[in-house]
Amino acid sequence: MSPDTVLTAEQVPEYFRERFGAGVKETRVTERREGAKRNPNFNIWIDLDRELLKPAILALMELDYPHLAVISGTDLGEEIRMIYHFSIYYGKKHGEYTVSLAVHVPKTDLSIPTISDLIPGAVFTEREKQEFLGIRVVGIPDNRRLFLPEDFPEGVYPWRKDETGVPDSMVKDLYMSQRPTDRPAPPAGEKELCEIEPKAEPAPASSPEQPTEQKEVKE
Amino acid sequence: MSGNEGKKAPYVVPIGPTHPALKEPVMFTFKMEGESIKDVDFAPGQTHRGIEWMGMRRNPVQIVHLTDRICGICGVHHTLAFARAVEQIAEIEVPPRADYIRTILAEFERIQSHLLWAGVAAHELGFDSLLHLTWRVREQSMDVIENLTGNRVNYGIVQVGGVRRDIVPDQHKIIEDCLSTYEGLLGKLLDLFLHDRSITLRCRDRGVLSRQQALELCTVGPTARASGVNADLRQDYPYCAYGDLDITAVLPDQHMGETRGDVYDRIVVRLIEVGQSCGIVRQCLDQMPSGPITGEEKLAKLLAICKKARGEAIGRVEAPRGECFHYVRMNGKESPEGWKVKASSYSNLMSWIPMLRGEQIADIPIIVASIDPCLSCTDRVAVVKDNSRQIMTKEELHRLSVEKTRRLSS
Repeated sequence: MSPDTVLTAEQVPEYFRERFGAGVKETRVTERREGAKRNPNFNIWIDLDRELLKPAILALMELDYPHLAVISGTDLGEEIRMIYHFSIYYGKKHGEYTVSLAVHVPKTDLSIPTISDLIPGAVFTEREKQEFLGIRVVGIPDNRRLFLPEDFPEGVYPWRKDETGVPDSMVKDLYMSQRPTDRPAPPAGEKELCEIEPKAEPAPASSPEQPTEQKEVKE
Repeated sequence: MSGNEGKKAPYVVPIGPTHPALKEPVMFTFKMEGESIKDVDFAPGQTHRGIEWMGMRRNPVQIVHLTDRICGICGVHHTLAFARAVEQIAEIEVPPRADYIRTILAEFERIQSHLLWAGVAAHELGFDSLLHLTWRVREQSMDVIENLTGNRVNYGIVQVGGVRRDIVPDQHKIIEDCLSTYEGLLGKLLDLFLHDRSITLRCRDRGVLSRQQALELCTVGPTARASGVNADLRQDYPYCAYGDLDITAVLPDQHMGETRGDVYDRIVVRLIEVGQSCGIVRQCLDQMPSGPITGEEKLAKLLAICKKARGEAIGRVEAPRGECFHYVRMNGKESPEGWKVKASSYSNLMSWIPMLRGEQIADIPIIVASIDPCLSCTDRVAVVKDNSRQIMTKEELHRLSVEKTRRLSS
């Protein structure tokens, strides 16, 4: 494929299917139209086998040097869904698509190869996935933590939804903390909670309708 | 914050507003040889607040008020990105008028953010009169934002499905006044920043990031454009009202004839973008369609729709510092099953390393500030100088930077 060929959004999943056959499990192209003219933007989703991650990124690089936005990870229970969010064809008016390559990593074997040899900037987000999801990025050039503090316990992964997630004992319910008792009393007493009645707004340049009230939602 | 016993590096106290991408001050370690920087390392994470963790325990109507507070400077962009992702999952149609109002707010935010940055850059160089000038004129855009939304910082105006307040004809004059003020000022600002001998001496060829490095390190926004990467979501990826308008990414060679990818080019791109944003707001006001401003007015009903939604989607917007990216996955429950926030500076931090290598200590503040990161980033710096470790505070660094300007100007 010559580098000058620009694929349409529908052709991108086809390109991957031709390349990897049954290794491509599912593809979707979603389009969203906004504004008055309703010009579309396209998001392409490609679900792959884990082994095909790096070949797929190399195939994507043949189309255009992709911009890696971020790697997202979601705990689905038995496995973690890792999505590598790329975009290609930037610099062309209304021509950019996002291409999200998704792989599933089973919790019995939480490892994924590093892609930092292809895209050096990926190290940042790979380090984040290691500490927040407990995934081992094989071959990562920088193995340190990124965001979590140094005294954060080992083996606790904030985004996991199983027993390795953040335990209740670590959660500080700040809304429960009352006013400190060792301070001077405030000039006005504590306010009673009351029903908020919609009042007519004083109207320099205000809109006719009332701002909607936020309903308290029970957690 | 926690005990740091046994840690050689200093204890970093976060100050200032929280940051869109990082939400924390950054700890730098520089290895020096004499005056020049041999190697750089940085460690973010001092004030990671666990926004995604909180979000996965709340519902979308509550999360929009959480995303407003991810950042003190580009609150509307995070909320916009999140709302757009949820709208795609729940298949909520946003009325065109709401798209236009969202665009106007996003552009006003870009104006105030770039002006704030220009002031910070001037301050880092020791040019405080210019800081006071830019921050004084920035107030006018803050006043307009307050007039449009009711708030100066956390606007609370974008809701899933649309916006919460309309822009009425009475407000057009206030907006127009502000735009014409800025368009009148822009020539003066460009002149002050680009033709001042000291600023040119301090910024030309300092902190260079090549186009190849910018691509490889996933850089976004003005930082990438200053290195010659033609990437601007407003041009490439139609969303809100941007698809209706004719927008071309601002690149330094259009205005300077060449692209060097240095601090100076980053100043050029941001200042020109202020003028571009004024034009976009004006076009939006002229073309504003009529109609409702939200796809679903009743919050209870909106929540019910979100609770039934299943699927995953991406919300991307061009924030002042570059691409802001939210991935949301919903599975028919009240709160999202997965949520990943990628703010602009998240992508830009890696570019510090090639920029800073080989530069002088006195250039650290302006180079670090040139990607427009958090103000409190360089709170403290550990410098390994000729193999002995010493701690330098932000004030000392600032003093060195000012002294260098004085030396060059005298």
